[in-house]
Amino acid sequence: MELHDLTIHELRGMLEKGETTSRAITESVLNRIKAVDEKVKAYITVTGEAALSQADRADKDRKAGTASAVHGIPIAIKDNMCTAGTRTTCASKILGNFIPPYDATVVTRLNGSGIVMTGKVNMDEFAMGSSTENSAFFATKNPWDLGRIPGGSSGGSAAAVAAGECIAALGSDTGGSIRQPAACCGVVGLKPTYGRVSRYGLVAFASSLDQIGPLTKDVTDAAIVMNIIAGHDPKDSTSADIAVPDYTRSLVKDVKGMTVGIPKEYFIEGVDPEVDKAVREAVKTLERLGAKVVDVSLPHTGYAVATYYILATSEASSNLARYDGVKYGFRAQGAKDLLDLYMKSRSQGFGPEVKRRIMLGTYALSAGYYDAYYKKGQQVRTLIKQDFDEAFKKVDIIATPTAPTAAFKIGEKSSDPLQMYLSDIFTISVNLAGIPGISLPCGFTTGNLPIGLQLLGRNFDEESVLRAAFAYEQATEWHKKRAKL
Amino acid sequence: MNYEAVIGLEVHAQLQTNTKIFCGCETAFGEEANTRTCPVCIGMPGVLPVLNKKAVEYIIKTGLATHCSITPSSRFARKNYFYPDLPKGYQISQYELPLCEKGYVEILVDGKVKRVGITRIHLEEDAGKNLHTSESGASLVDLNRAGTPLMEIVSEPDIRSADEAAEYLKKLRSILRYIEVSDADMEKGNFRCDCNVSIRPVGAKEYGTRAEVKNVNSFKFVQKALEYEIKRQAQILDEGGRVVQETRLFDSSKGVTFSMRSKEEAHDYRYFPEPDLVPIVTSNETIEAIRKTITELPEAKRNRFVKEYELPEYDADMLTQSRALAAYFEEAAKLSGQPKVIANWMMGELMRLLNAEGKEIEQCPVRPDRLAGMIKMINDGTISTKIAKTVFEEMYGTGKDAETVVKEKGLVQVSDTGAIETIIDDVIKANPAQHADYKGGKDKLFGFFVGQVMKASKGKANPEMVNELLKKKLAE
Repeated sequence: MELHDLTIHELRGMLEKGETTSRAITESVLNRIKAVDEKVKAYITVTGEAALSQADRADKDRKAGTASAVHGIPIAIKDNMCTAGTRTTCASKILGNFIPPYDATVVTRLNGSGIVMTGKVNMDEFAMGSSTENSAFFATKNPWDLGRIPGGSSGGSAAAVAAGECIAALGSDTGGSIRQPAACCGVVGLKPTYGRVSRYGLVAFASSLDQIGPLTKDVTDAAIVMNIIAGHDPKDSTSADIAVPDYTRSLVKDVKGMTVGIPKEYFIEGVDPEVDKAVREAVKTLERLGAKVVDVSLPHTGYAVATYYILATSEASSNLARYDGVKYGFRAQGAKDLLDLYMKSRSQGFGPEVKRRIMLGTYALSAGYYDAYYKKGQQVRTLIKQDFDEAFKKVDIIATPTAPTAAFKIGEKSSDPLQMYLSDIFTISVNLAGIPGISLPCGFTTGNLPIGLQLLGRNFDEESVLRAAFAYEQATEWHKKRAKL
Repeated sequence: MNYEAVIGLEVHAQLQTNTKIFCGCETAFGEEANTRTCPVCIGMPGVLPVLNKKAVEYIIKTGLATHCSITPSSRFARKNYFYPDLPKGYQISQYELPLCEKGYVEILVDGKVKRVGITRIHLEEDAGKNLHTSESGASLVDLNRAGTPLMEIVSEPDIRSADEAAEYLKKLRSILRYIEVSDADMEKGNFRCDCNVSIRPVGAKEYGTRAEVKNVNSFKFVQKALEYEIKRQAQILDEGGRVVQETRLFDSSKGVTFSMRSKEEAHDYRYFPEPDLVPIVTSNETIEAIRKTITELPEAKRNRFVKEYELPEYDADMLTQSRALAAYFEEAAKLSGQPKVIANWMMGELMRLLNAEGKEIEQCPVRPDRLAGMIKMINDGTISTKIAKTVFEEMYGTGKDAETVVKEKGLVQVSDTGAIETIIDDVIKANPAQHADYKGGKDKLFGFFVGQVMKASKGKANPEMVNELLKKKLAE
């Protein structure tokens, strides 16, 4: 295996033993990008020069004995997280030339740990999408089958990890945007509990749903990254002031004493039979590893997609109002007056899906409709959360498929937005409830496409989620497979 | 037709916190454009608001000072609209569950106390400023002011005249300054008033259609605008027309209000709870701790002045306009033992001299103990009240005390009977014709003689003694 195929923990071991250098690892990754990114198209901006000098500094620090555990490991950042001095576009024309003068808190924390940033990766515009086809620049391809989507909206992050174009990546998840692409690309993707990781510097889509999380080659790496990025941030009033445990201590190879719940609403018609089979096999494996398995019910699951598309779009319609061509970003030419400036800049600067959602959200909040849509949506959201609260009285973990199918073909669903929305059907409730969820590979279709297992836990119980995921992973070989490019 | 005016006022007062409401930028005034900004108050991508706790303390203090109830769990809301001086495209304000509700302010109307209800007080952020330059035809946006904490104070429509409106605003301003939460200076723009005014036939129960007059920037203009608006609406109704619900502006040079909106529809602000901020939870302990920081408020002080110093309501009201003024009065009153005399001097000469220079009591060059000292000199006859005016002006101009001024200027009152008699004798001798006329019945000439005696004594003769002795001597 090449250096770029290895995990954070493997590389860390080699670095500590002096078997390799940060420079070598970074060069391996940058060369891999040069070799395959024309096909995969995961990157919007590659920061090669900066990465190499960061790597050199990491090597120097290691020699001086001042390096941290993940010093000098190359990580990619989804392009909706602000990186000072480096273009941050959200895959949108309206921010095509935006260079933030500040770092997102997670970026500051990664930099503090000596991480090397390889660049900014592709996404659905403003994180709105499930296939990365909504990027204003180009679509990213699934490394397992270049004619298929990598999932979305963190498609660039997932594809880059799967293709060896970075050792790990950060993504963001509002309705499934870390977990679903992780499932499509056969990698691990963790959405932390809402409030576990700071949102400062994450360009807001839906403020009450967004969370940043890691996409990695295995569960151990996810725990390592969580140790760095999790924790209270005074700049984010919604970040929880709860101590961060050492998540690597959750990496126990069994699940003895844990109870796993299988919600009947997630094993329904419309789920690909191969996906259903692989997930049920995974649950059996968890049982062999010591878990008790019980049936649970999450009765309001059917309302989740509708609820999400009212609440998320409402918040988004407000969050995206600041992109008006006045202060930064794209400003249209030839406007005759203020209203014209607003209309031209936003019409030209935003893509069709973004506009669709802004209109939906504006409508749902408007006078006469607020009670019927937004307020009602929040009330149903409480019911959905209560479903999980009830279930977690009986179980510690809930296991489901991450998505109803494996990765679909590029262009297959892009002309039917509602069909596209349904690919998030199993991930969306999780954001509405705020609980943590992980996706990890649990098999492959006959077409050699990855299948994702989703494990959910109680609020701020990432430890149980990581433990169950690790135990399952270590009892299987899925995480060792690499896409052939 | 006899109409009654129904007026409600919305005041926006800037809180005098050191930093803005949702970020650490300083709340400066008059700085170079866009130098007191940061990514948060500019509304850059990815930034988040963090609440300034001092702003919360100040609004709770204001609520307590106006007898409001404090909402135990209060929420921020987004008010969405597009304008270049509103960087995020929404203002973080409050909609449902404002911090303070259902209070009141007392004002004096025709010597009687009237309560004006306060519907609510809430916290919000100020917008920036648009500057329209005539040269390039471009508009410039200065975001220094964006994010400054504002308190919106909404009154019940209890106000019935332009005068009452002015009184309400003055009282509100004095309360805010008393508890030191706001500079409350209309001229500096940190105390802004929007007026809602309608009229209805006297005795009617329903409200008429109201017009809103926005951004009137002085108490005097508020009064004028309301007077004009009431007249305008009365004329419309008298002619059988209907008042249009609209927003109007006041033209201070012409003294009229004019319509602002052409065909614009009412704004739909699409309020929803602010998801980036947690609810503001206020415990009873916190409320009591804040209540303790409030010392005597204007109303209580006014009532106490009436009782303790036996002052008329009017005097007490004037002297409690500001904490500093009241404190000055109390010190001078206690030292001199003559509260009413001190009150008269303060409301008369002292305010005259301060106003001429545009100074506040805090900058008065005459200390309270010095004023008291001068009053003592009047009491013991050293100087007359008339001479005291000159003495006071000199004290004000030089900062010296009364004794020094009197000595240096030789203004000691002449109260020596013998000395006055000598002067009187000389004056009578010098004016035999007028003496004869006076004795012949021209009583008015008494004033002439008084004037002559005062002139001869360079104003220093004790006026009462002059009157008494002159009467006697002229009759001889």
